[in-house]
Amino acid sequence: MRIRALIVRILRQFWHDKRTLALMIVAPMFVLLLMSLVFNGETYKPDIAVVQAPDALAKKLEQLDAHVYRYSPEEAESALAEGRIDAVVRLNGAVPEVKLEGSDPSANKAVLLVLQEAFQQAVPAGVVRPVVTYLHGSASMASFDYFGPVLIGFFVFFFVFLIAGVAFLRERTGGTLERLLASPLRRWEIVAGYLAGFGLFTAIQSALIAWFAIGALGMMMNGSFGLVLAFALLLALVALSLGTLLSAFASNEFQMIQFIPLVIVPQVFFSGLFNMETMADWLRWLGRCMPLFYGADALREIMVRGGGWPDVAFDAYMLAGFAAVFIALNIFALKKHRSI
Amino acid sequence: MADNKIAAWDTPPAAEPIIRLEQVERSFGGKPVLQNVSLQVSEAEIFGLLGPSGSGKTTLVKLIAGIDKARAGSVHVLGERMPKLGVMRRIGYMAQSDALYAELTARENLEFFASLYGLGGSRRNRRIAESMELVGLTDHLKKPVRLYSGGMKRRLSLAAALLHEPSVLILDEPTVGIDPVLRQSIWRELETLSRAGTAIVVTTHVMDEADRCSRLAMIRDGRLIATGSPEALKRETGSDTIEQAFLHFGGATV
Repeated sequence: MRIRALIVRILRQFWHDKRTLALMIVAPMFVLLLMSLVFNGETYKPDIAVVQAPDALAKKLEQLDAHVYRYSPEEAESALAEGRIDAVVRLNGAVPEVKLEGSDPSANKAVLLVLQEAFQQAVPAGVVRPVVTYLHGSASMASFDYFGPVLIGFFVFFFVFLIAGVAFLRERTGGTLERLLASPLRRWEIVAGYLAGFGLFTAIQSALIAWFAIGALGMMMNGSFGLVLAFALLLALVALSLGTLLSAFASNEFQMIQFIPLVIVPQVFFSGLFNMETMADWLRWLGRCMPLFYGADALREIMVRGGGWPDVAFDAYMLAGFAAVFIALNIFALKKHRSI
Repeated sequence: MADNKIAAWDTPPAAEPIIRLEQVERSFGGKPVLQNVSLQVSEAEIFGLLGPSGSGKTTLVKLIAGIDKARAGSVHVLGERMPKLGVMRRIGYMAQSDALYAELTARENLEFFASLYGLGGSRRNRRIAESMELVGLTDHLKKPVRLYSGGMKRRLSLAAALLHEPSVLILDEPTVGIDPVLRQSIWRELETLSRAGTAIVVTTHVMDEADRCSRLAMIRDGRLIATGSPEALKRETGSDTIEQAFLHFGGATV
């Protein structure tokens, strides 16, 4: 009854605060849309100038989707200096020479890839070319498909952390927390009410975000939608309990925002957006202490590799563990406001 | 909470006061805020706590409301040692800050607070209507609280404290920011509630409000400097006003 009253109140507050409502649902969709446009874009077509090279080479490069220009040596040099082209190719006898503009690593890579392909195809038949197959993903998989699951987890975590933290902070500074504690409400009932109220809201929020990413933006999805939702909800519980806990250390909304670089940003580095294999051991160990690491790992396992419950059970237990610890700390922290 | 237990509290022994504080001490960070405070409040009394800001009035009412706990001494309300959740259910508390949810309408605020005290259904709706009538806000029930003026918020806070028909009503500076006409009507209502048996504790630093209390405790620097009915306190000091009496007691103890 009393917990239900808290749930109804929290949902009503959301309903009256349309802007926050929109922020939590539309903002993640908007950013996901931008990400899909940016990372799903056509592969980069390098601008390559050929100097004193046979027509066959130029044709080959054009077939491989490069923009090819036939320049004299002087023209090529100045175009390269002005940055109008990415590379100059010339044949010094039989040996091809490539000069790259060089300031953009992704352009360099594109040029080299095209040239490699072009010269490989020039190799006479009979040389065996490898047959490529994919265990997970496919040749058409874009960076967006790889980032996507992490982003879904990140948005849920970030917005729930912030909104729940600010809501609880206001409860404390506005005097309503004291008012709640003057009522027969038990401390665990306050925490349970918050978890259930925000949990319900987050279930709707993450369902919409996931549906938008998979259904409308065509993000790769090989696993179960229900599992994705379950992990979004688990992440939300951790974010909620962490947010309300940390709000005790903030004295206004701005100080709550200051937790973002401290609590949220480091988690992004260890969430799998960047390759963790190359990190130092102690750094990777640090990542193991962060909830988002487990959430992102599980979401990627489900969405990209089509993993089921046995593959992600450990992540679920870890997240549940984080939530349990934070919830207990929350109930304990309320003791500061009322001893029973 | 079982209802039969509450029924037992409804009839405390005649000798037992509703509120009894014995040698209560409270300090924050080593600095004493309340020292050796003892007082009793009986049924149907309006008990005023009069003192300048920072004198410890709010700390004292929080101890009675069960939000805070005394470090030494004891606080008993309705025969139970505080803090105790079962008793807090029968206390109405109006804090110094308005403690309302600005996004919600007045009705939604009251529905929430009523539910915390186990009120539901038709009883809840009836009590919301009655409380809003009492504070003169019936016409503003559907308005979001953020559109309320300061005085209206104060009145809504009072209505929220009255919803569950508490046996003990604790009001921390209830009439701050309320115009004189409405102040009169609120005091008339407090007198009606008190006649019906509610024990009321009210803090104030407005001297003419102190005159309307059945008994007064004057508090300064965390100590009670005098207790008694307004008439007795004035008579004792030979003063015409409560203000003069307060100054007399304050000067005498320093």
